Amino acid sequence: MRIVVASGKGGTGKTTVATSLALAAAEREAVRVLDCDVEAPNAALFLHPDLNQRKEVGILLPVMDEALCTHCGKCAEVCEFHAIAVIGKKTLVFPELCHGCGSCTLVCPEKAITERLDVMGVLESGMTASGVNFARGLMNVGEPMAVPIIRELKKWNPASLRAAVGRVAECIETKRRSNPLIDEETASGESAPRNGIEIRDAPPGASCPVVETMRGADFLLLVTEPTPFGLHDLKQVASIARELGILVGVVINRDGIGDDAVEKYCAENGLPILMKIPMERRFAEAIASGKTLVDAAPEYRPAFRALLEDITVRFAA
Amino acid sequence: MKLIISISGNKLESSFDPRFGRAAAFCLVDSETGEWTTHENPALSASGGAGVQAAQFVAKLGAQAVVSGAYGPNAFDTLSPAGIEMYLAPTGENLTAADVLALFKAGKLQKTEAATHAGHYGGHH
Repeated sequence: MRIVVASGKGGTGKTTVATSLALAAAEREAVRVLDCDVEAPNAALFLHPDLNQRKEVGILLPVMDEALCTHCGKCAEVCEFHAIAVIGKKTLVFPELCHGCGSCTLVCPEKAITERLDVMGVLESGMTASGVNFARGLMNVGEPMAVPIIRELKKWNPASLRAAVGRVAECIETKRRSNPLIDEETASGESAPRNGIEIRDAPPGASCPVVETMRGADFLLLVTEPTPFGLHDLKQVASIARELGILVGVVINRDGIGDDAVEKYCAENGLPILMKIPMERRFAEAIASGKTLVDAAPEYRPAFRALLEDITVRFAA
Repeated sequence: MKLIISISGNKLESSFDPRFGRAAAFCLVDSETGEWTTHENPALSASGGAGVQAAQFVAKLGAQAVVSGAYGPNAFDTLSPAGIEMYLAPTGENLTAADVLALFKAGKLQKTEAATHAGHYGGHH
């Protein structure tokens, strides 16, 4: 199951929720976390993965072989982004306009176009001590386009990680023995299906990178805060989810501040509120020092397990 | 000489449009005979790369020179290898295409040898 944690507004607690949900889920499931906030990925600061896999990613730019090119202009015609111009006996490529779709290469009757990787960022991955299979994208400073990096991150499946997933069961056993907070009921769920949970931490905002993060997801967890700012951006992201036809649940973070407009909006629009995290100074202090919520407040582990269960039931329904 | 003037209408009396890639239309005029036609700019609503598209369009129309108010780097880099000369006409003076043509014929327009401004946020959604 693929769960996306998004919010629209920045700083509402996406990473707080995503990391704690991942840690709670990892008690009994194979968990993969994708930090899709490629402009400022910071889930690793909470989960501390051993990032030992790395891959450069970007888009494929066309390279014209002038010896083969007949300047027929088909590449320029097919290019939706006007990244190619054929002027007389010259074929010009404008790399900064190219989206790397590959249409020009496909239509070239002379096979005069080859492609080169234009590196826009890197993917990194590794396991965390608690057995979470972690991966993130990191966009190079100055790059204008995050979507290709997020797309590559979603597809990435390095061999070491496939092997690591096999080790997850072992980690889970170790954790069960060492963590008294994992209750008997959970621990006895040995036969529960281990299909694996993928948790994607989305970037803030409501534009292309967020849409790409959501694409292909089974469930969208919207983290908001009960303020006019949280509500404004919640509406935007909820409308994207409607457009994409993804199931939605809401987490209200910093509950107790602001007003009740978010709850009213959720009730009127059929958005179930699955969890509320109160505004407490000790949470803010713990998160500010790089601790996850479930580590700072272990009583939240059952709450996040219940949240995952709730999501699973809603998805199955 | 076959001259392109960026304009905002469909007549020789239409206003000069100081934008090139996002000009509403182009007036193609023969500076010797005075014969003219107008053509809507296909790049007007392009999401990106308007300069490249507009430059290819005027090249196909057979332009040997263009008069506009500004040229971005992509427009310049497309027009330049096509051998199309780029002239600048004054902006903000409510000129018509006919006025611009008169200025061109009088040799009062300056040629530009470089893009006149930096690129716009280029496509890359």
